[in-house]
Amino acid sequence: MASPEQPDTHRSNTGTAGASPGSGPLFEAEGVSVRFGGLVALDDASLSVAPHRVHGVIGPNGAGKTTLFNVCCGFVRPSSGRLTWRGSAIPELRPHRLAGMGIARTLQGVGLFPGLSVVDNVMVGADHRRRAGFLSALFALPRSDTDERRLRAIAMAALRELDADSYADRFPASLPYPVQKRVAMARALAAEPELLLLDEPASGLGYDEITELGALVRTLATRMSVVVVDHHMDLVMSICDRITVLDFGRVVATGTPEEVRDDPAVIDAYLGEDARSPERSRDD
Amino acid sequence: MVAPTAVPRGAATTMSEPLIEGIAGRNRRTMQQFLNVALNGLSQGAIYAAFALALVLIWRSTRIINFAQGSMGMFTTYIALALIESGRSYWVGFAVALLAGLLLGALVERLVIRRVEGGPELNAVIVTLGLFVALQALAAILFGATYRSFPAPFGLHGFDVGGVNIALTPFNLFAIGAVVVVMLALVALFRFTDVGLRMRASAFNQEVSRLLGVPVGRMLTLGWALAAMVGSLSGLLIAGGSLVFPAYMDAVIVYGFVAAVLGGLDSPVGAVVGGLVMGMTLSVVSGYLGSELVALAALAILVTVLLVRPRGLFSRTAVRQV
Repeated sequence: MASPEQPDTHRSNTGTAGASPGSGPLFEAEGVSVRFGGLVALDDASLSVAPHRVHGVIGPNGAGKTTLFNVCCGFVRPSSGRLTWRGSAIPELRPHRLAGMGIARTLQGVGLFPGLSVVDNVMVGADHRRRAGFLSALFALPRSDTDERRLRAIAMAALRELDADSYADRFPASLPYPVQKRVAMARALAAEPELLLLDEPASGLGYDEITELGALVRTLATRMSVVVVDHHMDLVMSICDRITVLDFGRVVATGTPEEVRDDPAVIDAYLGEDARSPERSRDD
Repeated sequence: MVAPTAVPRGAATTMSEPLIEGIAGRNRRTMQQFLNVALNGLSQGAIYAAFALALVLIWRSTRIINFAQGSMGMFTTYIALALIESGRSYWVGFAVALLAGLLLGALVERLVIRRVEGGPELNAVIVTLGLFVALQALAAILFGATYRSFPAPFGLHGFDVGGVNIALTPFNLFAIGAVVVVMLALVALFRFTDVGLRMRASAFNQEVSRLLGVPVGRMLTLGWALAAMVGSLSGLLIAGGSLVFPAYMDAVIVYGFVAAVLGGLDSPVGAVVGGLVMGMTLSVVSGYLGSELVALAALAILVTVLLVRPRGLFSRTAVRQV
């Protein structure tokens, strides 16, 4: 899965062995390229996420991590490349179809709706699980009413899992940032996705909160696949089953944390030439 | 604002009988006039509130001021008039006009506004102004540019209260009632239904809503449709028992717009309160100072609000303290 532009014999090629044809990857992006005008944001990048695995995407600033994420959720249409979901190609990925397919994404920052209460925010996340049709919901027919209660229950359960249920009736702006992050996470979980895309989940969090987050993500892996983009190397190294390393829009390595950590191409590109131990890379 | 003719009780006892009766009569006439001004303001205010609410609904969801709102309401009122004149009952015309409003709003959003959304703000402004003029011209071509009388389903004579005729007609009551019912229905829709939640979510952040599976485009269409329906209602209520011509909504556009700005364009509650305040103020100006000053007063309020409290009386986003 390493990009063909890197003919040197680094060990990232072992990464291809992970996707055995039997189980098959849940989500795959193959040979994705994105150009913004003359700027190449992604160059033939690939990502393969196996079921119930935590997959990390790391790389220096501007390496194309967020662009890859945006391709995965349909915000950015790649100029070339192929997306596969459960083994079949997705012809055109549109953001609003994502939730229905079973993919949820959190945003950098929190992206909560400022004028909706916490529980309403989470209910929007559970929205595609409603059963009532559009018209019966519009005219508040009885069936829609029971749906409404069901969605509220789902939302409260998601908040409880994130230990944020006591804030249900508050408005996002009145909550401390880490709680807002938990609410945003609850909103993503309320969709009961099969694939959860976490965009910098640890940004703005303290050490203890990051530890909690890591434990949570590991628990989530029993129910879904998770893709994490983050700068906190300790977190990524400790929670991920596999890691893809991007540099200048290209995949320079894919493998287990141990493989990636010792990969000379990664060390050159990302950790700095002298930093042989991953502990040095903590950016706080 | 109350007329300064109230006489202290102590003073009245020392005066001669005819004088007292004269003062009492004047007092009663003053009271009656004040009551009439207030009632008139209330029923006009309800209609301005409906119009302002239509503007606010569209502003909240698409950040566009729909200058064509009045023309759209005028057009659907003409549809009702055509039906009524062809022998159908008022209520058939009323219902068809509201449905036509719903449809017209959806069509305008899908076919016209969708193309300018997200572009420069001025494009949307020019487009809605263009629609405003085009719909008026189209109405003049289709229905004629002459004054035509529009029927009212209820009496237009004021109620008698204690032998005094007050400026509250059965039609006024119907107008106020219709506006209240529509507002309660909208509140219920936005607060208590799933569709309302999705509409609110897409108004706050379209990108995030899309990610969560909300069909934002459909929500925007629905928002425009609902707003246009409320606009149609205000068109029908203004027209009831009065004359219609292609530009008959022009004054309401100004008053409704000032009402929406007064309440803060983001707040539905503000639109309703703003509408009532506008109705009352303009009625007082018209009743005590002269009806020729009404438009001037409306613009004076607009200028004052923009100077003193540009975000309106009810905007949530308070000025940040540094």
